[in-house]
Amino acid sequence: MLKCTSACAGCSDSLALRYVLKAAGPDTVMVVPACCTSVIQGIYPNTAFNVPVYNIAFGAAAACASGMSNAFRAAGKKTNVIVYAGDGGTLDIGIQAMSGAFERGTDFLYICYDNEAYGNTGMQRSGGTPMGAKTTTTPTGKTDAKKDIDAIIAAHDPPYMATACAAYPQDIFKKVQKALTFRGPTFLHILAPCPPGWRYPTEKSVEIGKLAVKTGMWVLYEREYGKVTIGPQSKAAMKKPLPLEEYLSPQGRFKGIDPKIVEILKQRIAKNYQRLAAEEEASA
Amino acid sequence: MKKIATGNKAVAEAVKQATPGVVAAYPITPQTEIVEQIAEFVSGGLMPTRYIAVESEHSAMAACIGASITGVRTFTATSSHGLLYMHEMTNWAAGARLPIVMANVNRSLGPGWNIWAEHTDALQERDTGWLQIYVSTVQETYDAILMAFRIAEHNDVLLPVMVNLDGFLLSHIMQPVDTVELGDFIPAIYLPHAIDPKHPAGYGPLTGPDQHFKFRWEIERSMRDSVKVIEQTEKEFAERFGRKYGFTEDYRCDDADVIVIALGTLGKEAEVAVDILRNEGVKAGSMRIRWLRPFPKLELKGKDVVVIDRDYSFGFGGIVANEIKAKTGISLYSVIAGIGGQEVTYDDIAGFVRTRRMGEEFWFGVNTHV
Repeated sequence: MLKCTSACAGCSDSLALRYVLKAAGPDTVMVVPACCTSVIQGIYPNTAFNVPVYNIAFGAAAACASGMSNAFRAAGKKTNVIVYAGDGGTLDIGIQAMSGAFERGTDFLYICYDNEAYGNTGMQRSGGTPMGAKTTTTPTGKTDAKKDIDAIIAAHDPPYMATACAAYPQDIFKKVQKALTFRGPTFLHILAPCPPGWRYPTEKSVEIGKLAVKTGMWVLYEREYGKVTIGPQSKAAMKKPLPLEEYLSPQGRFKGIDPKIVEILKQRIAKNYQRLAAEEEASA
Repeated sequence: MKKIATGNKAVAEAVKQATPGVVAAYPITPQTEIVEQIAEFVSGGLMPTRYIAVESEHSAMAACIGASITGVRTFTATSSHGLLYMHEMTNWAAGARLPIVMANVNRSLGPGWNIWAEHTDALQERDTGWLQIYVSTVQETYDAILMAFRIAEHNDVLLPVMVNLDGFLLSHIMQPVDTVELGDFIPAIYLPHAIDPKHPAGYGPLTGPDQHFKFRWEIERSMRDSVKVIEQTEKEFAERFGRKYGFTEDYRCDDADVIVIALGTLGKEAEVAVDILRNEGVKAGSMRIRWLRPFPKLELKGKDVVVIDRDYSFGFGGIVANEIKAKTGISLYSVIAGIGGQEVTYDDIAGFVRTRRMGEEFWFGVNTHV
């Protein structure tokens, strides 16, 4: 990653990207569907990336990467093929291609950076938007729950998958390095707080990301050959989670959220953590 | 070597000889036999190819794009709804200057479900930047696939090529085919813009209003340059293997007063109609359009022209008829026949010529002149 991207001020995706690329090293090709990262690269003839970036249509990243990975492997090349897609390109329009690529055992790393809405079109609701969040297409707050893409990926039984958060860049670095040691499809789901979309001051991205983990809204964990390991950050946080309100109140997107929805979110946090803790215990 | 094969099997045989590095495809009637045969070749060790059994046609073309940009030879096959489903990616393939070769088995569009021959599927792709050829026999299918790789990959072209064969009427018809010893007829692929991590670059990034048109013009320039490459390729093919082709296949056109124009098997059927009409003393000829993109130069001045379209643009007319009108400025008789596999015999074609009403459009079966 070179200096001077065209990311928004305070963008946590560019922070995550820096560590992803550091971990992946130079023998890497990024496949990027339409998303904020299409914009962050800059405008032709410039690019902010120091590895080849193949831009592809919104719903096609995993399929494109599947062709690329097969072609490289057929040629005896070990080049890392990394899809870097947003939540819209992963949970919504790209889910079919992604599912197909995982089912076919494609040798690639699929990274979904999740800012919980369609960012570069100006924050419309996606399958990744949490319940209660206001977007330009859910002006009174989303009434449906966030799609559990990790459970969907887990159903494909990849050798390695993990969650991460842009507020913990060293954790991203380690997980990318680890993911790239496996053969076959691996998945990394990075929560990427977004100042203009989530409506908080630009200097607070890391703080908001940490609050997501400390309240349990986002759980850091790995799943390696089915074995679940909850990250120490989430383990520590979940011993005594911070009140959810501490995560919600600094964000304009949750302003005026119905207390009933806050209760539902709290219940989901508890249920999600219990499920992961039980899976961790069962797979130990 | 002489064999008997269906159009689909001839496609697979030619692809086997061209040895693509990657084939990514999805089944659809009446194309399926092509991908089944290729999968069998691959699994039997007869093709050193990665076969990616994708979950959709959109992904088939996306996977071909991802493979092709690494610099390997790439092939896929589809038909009808499959072609339309990959439409976004066919545009991408041409825009990304990737020499992907695709066999499209021409089939009607739903609803209702109709699996029989029609050209509307491919004609809806004519503005995408793909070269398009329409073939009429099993032999021609085989030959066209071989030539398609060489033309697409030629560095003056670097555009994808779609080889169109009629569903069932050609895809499932058994005819003799003489396969060739390919030798070095298709040179090793060299893609000048292949991805190389040692030389990082951005592919298809944001491109502003001050730049985008330049890339579009490059596509058009290469499309124009492809004319020479097609001519050279067909000439060398004829020299090496003895079969001669051209942008059109002209049959008894030299002294003709009336010329029938059609694509694919209908164009071949028209040759029989021409013989019937000649026996009646009508100076008829047939000009079967093979290459639709780039569009051929047609010499039609002073002739009565009857165009048979197995396709339609609603609110406009027969697509091929209107393309000919636009390019030549002539008035012609436009017949819409063969839609959704509607049976059209050479007697029917002779009938169109006998009862032609220049400047009008006629829907065969519905029998209305407009």
